[in-house]
Amino acid sequence: MMDPSHSQHTVTLTVNGQRRTESLPPNLLLSEYLRDYLRLTGTHIGCDTSQCGACTVLVNGDPIKSCTVLAVQLPGAAIDTVEGLGRPGALHPVQEAFRADHALQCGFCTPGVLMTAVALLNRDPHPTEAAIRRGLDGVICRCTGYENIVTAIAHAGARMAAPQEVSQHVD
Amino acid sequence: MMLGAFQYERPASLDEALRQAAAVPGARWLAGGMSLLPLMKMELADPPALVDLAGVADLVGVQEDGGALRVGAMTRHAELAEHPLVARHAPLLAAAASQVGDPQVRHRGTIGGSLAHADPAADLPAAVLALDATIEVASPRGRREIPAKDFFLGPLMTALEPDDVIVAVVVPQRGAHRQAYHKRPHPASGYAVVGIAASVLREADRVASAAIAVTGVASHAFRARRAEELLTGQVMTDALLAEVASVVASGQEVWGDLYASADYRRHLAGLTTRQVLERLWDDR
Repeated sequence: MMDPSHSQHTVTLTVNGQRRTESLPPNLLLSEYLRDYLRLTGTHIGCDTSQCGACTVLVNGDPIKSCTVLAVQLPGAAIDTVEGLGRPGALHPVQEAFRADHALQCGFCTPGVLMTAVALLNRDPHPTEAAIRRGLDGVICRCTGYENIVTAIAHAGARMAAPQEVSQHVD
Repeated sequence: MMLGAFQYERPASLDEALRQAAAVPGARWLAGGMSLLPLMKMELADPPALVDLAGVADLVGVQEDGGALRVGAMTRHAELAEHPLVARHAPLLAAAASQVGDPQVRHRGTIGGSLAHADPAADLPAAVLALDATIEVASPRGRREIPAKDFFLGPLMTALEPDDVIVAVVVPQRGAHRQAYHKRPHPASGYAVVGIAASVLREADRVASAAIAVTGVASHAFRARRAEELLTGQVMTDALLAEVASVVASGQEVWGDLYASADYRRHLAGLTTRQVLERLWDDR
């Protein structure tokens, strides 16, 4: 392999709210930057051929497959990964719904499905089942657990649209 | 999957882009990267340099331009699918863009990239053919226009020279035409097994004009000229539709593969065309 370091490029990226200026080789994929440079290994690489969507992250709010974009293609971009979504004890509503509805089995595809679902619900808090399934077109669950994933996304949408109502109900 | 090394340029203007590409023999344009980056990962392409067009502001967006829509080559499918001008003047293009790949791909992939790649089963080639669009191209020798009908030459082959770059796609405004794109996607890949783009002008019971383009069926997207001739000027009837359906792929070397034989594709192209025409006819 040739040494790619002969032409580093400087890019500024904001990852999970933290601004970083980096000198990166052009052949570095976004997925590799997140996992190998930042150790944000929540972004999983399933197929590495832009089929499975496990590596989906948000770039300026849009879902994209991080295995099929170069980090240097995204100067100035805001990148959100699953690590920025929630924390134990303070889960994002989509994570909460995935737990409640048992929307994961082996969990490998889950980070990509979560990020895809967040992007979908940010645009359309009350998607129909058909819209949810269409929104999930770019992610593959090898366990084929789609039924619970669809249910969880619908529940998360309801939660996100009316958080107070839901919390009062829970209290 | 480590990519091989390459030089990367991100020009801010088209002139700079053309200069940078000319400086490295074998340099490739990088648009959305949805086809090129996978090809590079599979080592089917190994360009010494990529010239990324994402920083060239002139290449983005949709504008009205004297009876036509001018769509910048770097306009992404997701934007095209939802753009109000496209919805009004070229709904077929919006429909095709909304069915490319999956949501992630539509947020990165561009119209220029898709047309330049010219996958035989891609959606947008059928749309630009049916709309009689013009592909605007720049090179170090200047600018020129290539009608969509002369653009697609074979599988992944176009009329582009190696140093040509697509600047824009100019689409005639045909709001009065009834337009649709219907894809029968392969269940795994999402690519068209058959995709039919149709633009029809109805005057009372007659077909004043019809444009039908087909993708997924042969080595490149094509216009179903024989079917269009049969329709033009005629009163729409079931008998006419049956005849039209039988000639949609006539004159074409139809592809067969493990998923769909050539006979099945030919049948599906006719059936889908008939269904699209029936739906368009009864609209409104």
